[in-house]
Amino acid sequence: MYTLPNKLKLFATIFMVVGAIGIISGFLTTPSTTAEVKEMMADAHHDEGTAGDHEMMKDEHAGGHDETKASHGVSSDNAHDNEEEHLLHTLHQMQNRPWSALYIASFFFFMIALGTLAFYAIQYAAQAGWSPVLFRVMEGITAYLPIASVILFVLLLLSAFGVNHIFHWMDPELVDVNSDKYDKIIDGKSGYLNVPFFLIRAAIYLIGWNLYRFYSRKYSLRDDDATDNRWFKKNFKMSAVFLVFFIVTESMMSWDWIMSFDPHWFSTLFGWYVFAGMMVCAFTVIAMVTMILKSQGYLEYVNDSHIHDLAKFMFAFSIFWTYLWFSQFMLIWYANIPEEVTYFVTRIEDYKLPFFGMLVMNFVFPVLLLMNSDYKRINWFVVMTGIVILAGHYVDVFNMVMPATVGKSWYIGLPEIGSMLFFFGLFVLVVFTALAKAPLLAKNNPFMKESKHFHY
Amino acid sequence: MASKVIHAIYTDDDLLMQAVKQVRGEHYHIEEVYTPFPVHGLDKAMGLAPTRIAITSFLYGLVGLSVATVMMNYIMIQDWPQNIGGKPSFSYIENMPAFVPIMFEMTVFFAAHLMVITFYMRSKLWPFKKAENPDVRTTDDHFLMAVDVGNNDVEQLSKFLYDTGALEISLIENDEDH
Repeated sequence: MYTLPNKLKLFATIFMVVGAIGIISGFLTTPSTTAEVKEMMADAHHDEGTAGDHEMMKDEHAGGHDETKASHGVSSDNAHDNEEEHLLHTLHQMQNRPWSALYIASFFFFMIALGTLAFYAIQYAAQAGWSPVLFRVMEGITAYLPIASVILFVLLLLSAFGVNHIFHWMDPELVDVNSDKYDKIIDGKSGYLNVPFFLIRAAIYLIGWNLYRFYSRKYSLRDDDATDNRWFKKNFKMSAVFLVFFIVTESMMSWDWIMSFDPHWFSTLFGWYVFAGMMVCAFTVIAMVTMILKSQGYLEYVNDSHIHDLAKFMFAFSIFWTYLWFSQFMLIWYANIPEEVTYFVTRIEDYKLPFFGMLVMNFVFPVLLLMNSDYKRINWFVVMTGIVILAGHYVDVFNMVMPATVGKSWYIGLPEIGSMLFFFGLFVLVVFTALAKAPLLAKNNPFMKESKHFHY
Repeated sequence: MASKVIHAIYTDDDLLMQAVKQVRGEHYHIEEVYTPFPVHGLDKAMGLAPTRIAITSFLYGLVGLSVATVMMNYIMIQDWPQNIGGKPSFSYIENMPAFVPIMFEMTVFFAAHLMVITFYMRSKLWPFKKAENPDVRTTDDHFLMAVDVGNNDVEQLSKFLYDTGALEISLIENDEDH
């Protein structure tokens, strides 16, 4: 049995407190009037509050809560003269920033738990012989899922009730024909993108995933005292069903919770892309938690070969992620259709460093470091690569969300770091508390013996 | 100088593994082991050095990547930078996404093919090469261990090999040329 060290509890709490301070100060330093924005922009190093800026106003993708008629026919002369309009635009971007930061961080840790759950289901359904010694570690990580689901759903509710404007399409005026903000494109999508349906879908996904997580954990614990394989078989069947449900809902989740930040844009492989990033993070976190527990002497039967296998998954899925990233990018870049390409134009123009930096972190770095078979067995090597991969995938989510909600007004500062620290602390606290609740070795699993002797 | 080798034939891979370990334990020199299929862990038991073919493959991959890059940079950017469908051929990096599929495939092509050729050369395999197996049964269901006699006593060595579970033991006089 694992007992939660008090030090770790303190450590996690400190992270949460510091993070919470960061989040709150992020909200407090947000300007509330255009006058404040003007002042801030006068102070800021990038002084661009003058006329030449109308291209930003034209860009309907950059702004969460856009003042311009978000269609293609914006006349430039109305944007040209109106400085106040530009300030208002920037104000809305700045007001979106702490919300986006919070949303990104909560989604990031949510997707680690969800990816782990999917991997867990795959291991059951595939009847993998190597991983059963890691099942309790995975169950510990997925213990974060219910909490993350509640937080995420609350954030979605806040957006739905107009507390923030990070989901641009939720503005009712956009679909009101008589309003001068009327957006024909968004109105055309309102059969899918409307608030009640959006919340119902979110509830269905979250309930479905959490039900699987609840019952698989329950059956896994019952299996410890069982005399036959009844609970294992139940889990096996349930995992297979869950995986079908998961791949459909995961895909839709990525449209709803991420792609709809850019309601004018769409990409068909987006669900896979989010999935690949999610899985890389999950493998990395599983490997890290395993190594931490192993180094403290809790996982007797985990050997280098298990770490090696996890590192192989990290390596392979890093490449898979890059493959999907490139497939999405290159097809759109190559065809260069205006309605699609604006997505990447805003990212390359305004987010050059994070956009290309994440490629180095998520592809070049892991590929070069984890290619060698021996390096995959060296724990500190895997940990080091894992940290870079996790940071890289945070930037990935950042790149998916921020350009649509805050546009040019992005910065990795207090609200972003605060949110990350807060959710990191929460994640650590929840995961390690859950790990302490059950023995770290599932006793009766039919593949346990094979897994204990697994060697590559 | 003609050397003497003892060929010990086994019919079971577990027995063979056991025998290899015992022979190595007694510091006899195993010249070669012939098996009909890969026996997991045999190389380790024999104390063979790990292969470096993965390293060569990585290097070949780098060569392939360089070839693709240099080739397309010369053709598409330096030699005749045409405007093809509005693609930016001003510099390599600007048009790079279009080249990535070729860069990738060339990397794989070089890495795979040159590695295979390296394998053939290092293992001395080619068409019309004379087969080297000393006993045709080793391609079907028998395992053969060739132990160098050297200065050891033949009788004693044979006895020892027999005790390790060998089914047949034969003394072979090798001529220098083979």
